[in-house]
Amino acid sequence: MEINEKLKSFVADNFLFGQADSLNYDTDFFEKGIIDSTGIVELVSYVEETFNITVLDDELVPENFSSINKVSEFIGRKQNEIAKAS
Amino acid sequence: MCGITGILNISGSQSVSTKKLGLMAGQLSHRGPNQAGAYMDDRIGIAQTRLSIIDLKGGTQPIHNEDKTLWIVFNGEIYNYIELKKDLLKKGHRFYTNSDTEVLLHLYQDEREKCLHKLNGQFAFAVWDTESKELFIARDRVGKKPLYYTIESGRFYFGSEIKSIFACSEISREIDLDSLNQIFTFWTTLPAKTFYKNISELPAGSYLKIKDGGLQVKQYWDFNFALKDELVNFTSGEIAEQARELLLDSVGLRLRADVPVGSYLSGGLDSSGITSLIKNNFNNKLNTFGIRFEEAAFDEGEFQNEMVKKLNVKHNIVLANNKAIGELLPDVLWYCEIPLLRLSPVPLFILSELVHNSDFRVVLTGEGADEVFGGYNIFRETLVRAFWSKYPDSKIRPLLLERLYPYIFKDAKSKASLKSFFKMGIEDPGNPFFSHMIRWQNTSKIKRFFIDAAKENLAVYNPLEHLAALLPENFHRWDALAKAQYLEMKIFLSNYLLSSQGDRVSMAHSLEIRMPYLDYRVIELMSKVPSYLKIRGLDEKFILKKVFKDVLPDTIVKRPKHPYRAPIKNSLLNNNIEYVDYYLSESYLNKTRLFNPSMVAKLKEKLSIAGNSGEFDNMALVGILSTQIIYDRFIENFELKAVKPADFTIVFDNRLVESNLIIKNE
Repeated sequence: MEINEKLKSFVADNFLFGQADSLNYDTDFFEKGIIDSTGIVELVSYVEETFNITVLDDELVPENFSSINKVSEFIGRKQNEIAKAS
Repeated sequence: MCGITGILNISGSQSVSTKKLGLMAGQLSHRGPNQAGAYMDDRIGIAQTRLSIIDLKGGTQPIHNEDKTLWIVFNGEIYNYIELKKDLLKKGHRFYTNSDTEVLLHLYQDEREKCLHKLNGQFAFAVWDTESKELFIARDRVGKKPLYYTIESGRFYFGSEIKSIFACSEISREIDLDSLNQIFTFWTTLPAKTFYKNISELPAGSYLKIKDGGLQVKQYWDFNFALKDELVNFTSGEIAEQARELLLDSVGLRLRADVPVGSYLSGGLDSSGITSLIKNNFNNKLNTFGIRFEEAAFDEGEFQNEMVKKLNVKHNIVLANNKAIGELLPDVLWYCEIPLLRLSPVPLFILSELVHNSDFRVVLTGEGADEVFGGYNIFRETLVRAFWSKYPDSKIRPLLLERLYPYIFKDAKSKASLKSFFKMGIEDPGNPFFSHMIRWQNTSKIKRFFIDAAKENLAVYNPLEHLAALLPENFHRWDALAKAQYLEMKIFLSNYLLSSQGDRVSMAHSLEIRMPYLDYRVIELMSKVPSYLKIRGLDEKFILKKVFKDVLPDTIVKRPKHPYRAPIKNSLLNNNIEYVDYYLSESYLNKTRLFNPSMVAKLKEKLSIAGNSGEFDNMALVGILSTQIIYDRFIENFELKAVKPADFTIVFDNRLVESNLIIKNE
């Protein structure tokens, strides 16, 4: 499954309890109230475990985590960094 | 302390049968297990179930005036009845009991609705005037005692609890979707509403008159905050001294009873303060009562023990373990009569049973201090956000939030997102709901679980607009803290804390709670204190801490605020509690037709996995589950829970021309 797809199904199940009609890749989690302060911790843990990356404190900004596309781009960048480093 | 109920034929004569009145009063027997009495004539039937506290032998109700033209049924206490009685005696009134009820009736006879301003107490009462044929009903200022009513086919029905009205089979029982929408926004209904269609609440601080077919509801008191030029100009020390004197008097008045009075002791500042005032000034042999929790995160035992040692009181504790909390939810809902979003009422239900079994009928509690003196985190959060809103790009201002919520901010990972969470709405500090919008928006997410048919209601009814229309004229001129306090008291205090978490769970076990911090004189004093003295910097309840700093240990005065809560997930799930699966099953969800079964299944699944749930998930679980249970108990199967009719020990039957007094068992 594509990163985008995986993220979408996680967000849909975990925060929208399967009701994902209004969820697009660009939907803003915070604006739409999909994810709140405790939800972000769930999302980050999921991303770290599923994609095998570590999110640094200063990376925890809305620009990286406010929509499926943004999270997905962030994961892509992190995986590239890891690939380059090894 | 009691239950009251009755039926009035609005126009024309048609008497009410003893049997019907007995069925209605029977639903209130837990509120008044000691006696039941009724008055009937050709227009009306009123009844009362009594928990005897003042004038145990003589105070049997209904009570009448000298010439038997006025008849009263009364639930509550008038603490200053001794002072009021002196004046009435001077004016020539004669009394046949030593009760506060009779004092109230004579005062009403002289002053009609103006008498309400002289009462210091908690009450809901009804007076029938046999001459003018007017029924008058009133509730205390902040809504400590409940009163509901409805009109059906030319008859007016009222009762302390809705179940007494539902005891009449001609009353239909339906869920009001507007109300469910309110509960899933504000955590409770707005004033005047109940969870049920066509059943109204008489709002706190209001009275109702019904005569010649006309019904009039009027508010005689409301929370009010001083504007800038009306604020008191005293030092914090002077205000604390005034507050101390008032609280001492308030506690003294609330110890008036012809039965022993105990005190709740949670280990927090508020109840510790009240307990110390009683012990040090009035009662050296005080019994206190406290809840212990199985999970350390909820338990305050350490602080209770510290207070017990300091004050040398006889402390009685009950353990509210997770399984018991889960198992008792349906019973608690039977008394609350409204869906809940948290389980905090359940441990208090368990506690009131302990008090009842210890042969106490009255306790004083610390309820109200957080609202009146400014103790809640939402108040401090409002101040920080208001401060931040003046310079939204500031990097420093939001850092104050970390001091507010050290526990959730300790994790560096959540810092950035938390800030964006609290930043919601700061661009709009003029919004009347600035203080509460985050909470209400977060709660409103539960509405996503509604099926499409229920969602249609969301589109046509807006609870925020409804609330905006209820705000007093001066609201927009108050500062951010006063606005937040008003919203908190008007909605959450009156209709949740004093009801589901107060009157209902105590009266369920025939226990009266009395709340010295909610004496109207204390409320009125603190409403004139400038906000910067209520919360000094971020130091909450600054004045109250000053009041108690010399009598309570530093560890109690200075301990960080510990919100009283009960565990949800660990109480309801993974505990083999059978009813949970039943009420959340697809088939029962399809019966109530409110919530989407597949979403509810996903929520349950998410919560069943350890460590995988947030505050919202827990709140949604209680909200959905309790709505399902209420549907079963009150809409679908109400009859099954019907209790036996009240056995009236005294009946004044004026249905014939001649007065016909029947006294049984005497």
